[in-house]
Amino acid sequence: MSVKVMIPTPLRVYAGKRDSADFAAATVGEALSGLTSQFEELRKHLYTEDGKLRAFVNVYLNDEDIRYLAKENTPTKDGDTISIIPSIAGGRDER
Amino acid sequence: MSEALEVGISAELAQKIREHGIETYPYECCGALLGREHGLTESGDSDAKSHGVSREVLGLFPLVNRRDDSPRNRFSVTADDVREAEKAATAQGFEVVGWYHSHPDHPARPSDYDRDHAWPWYSYIIVRVHTGVPQDMTSWRLKDDRSGYLEEKISPLKVSAAT
Repeated sequence: MSVKVMIPTPLRVYAGKRDSADFAAATVGEALSGLTSQFEELRKHLYTEDGKLRAFVNVYLNDEDIRYLAKENTPTKDGDTISIIPSIAGGRDER
Repeated sequence: MSEALEVGISAELAQKIREHGIETYPYECCGALLGREHGLTESGDSDAKSHGVSREVLGLFPLVNRRDDSPRNRFSVTADDVREAEKAATAQGFEVVGWYHSHPDHPARPSDYDRDHAWPWYSYIIVRVHTGVPQDMTSWRLKDDRSGYLEEKISPLKVSAAT
């Protein structure tokens, strides 16, 4: 069972400039684990130090936000595509 | 990312960022920087290439600050907005090469909050808007190890290919 993970442009430098990678995975979490195992440098830009997806990192299975499915336990099927989309946030620190 | 970082932008587009900051003052403005990164895609001759600039901003995609709880010191762009910005960039043959936002009454330097919500590679342009008047504009890229930012030079491009 093969799942395609689309690698966002800013992170391709950590993935041999590839725009996607295929993994055998039964869940979204397994696919992302495959991604960050193969491309270790990606991990810190997707996950916090305690292993949680960063709040601004959104993961979609096909066109569905996994937050509204079963999060990283969302099951995948052959031919699915996973996209990683950031929400952009920022602003000045209060003094 | 050891080479000198540089982003090219026309005076006209830089002015549009300042005007967006004026328009939303005292709240933060935000938007996407659309352009090209040489080495990522083949883009042929361009003003940026002839000036030796590896990244050029050729268009803007102004966005609505989704933070209605603290818009004076925070901005937020949803994943749907990011997708829209990417579609707009693709339609013009560009990439989203970064993001801009304003710091109302605050220096044009990235905050810890910015760092926690950023990815490397993107250019983050910040314009300081002091009492409604735009001041300095800076651009930054997150370090690979997320420990801080590297400031990049903003170089004027003579020509704006798209607005």
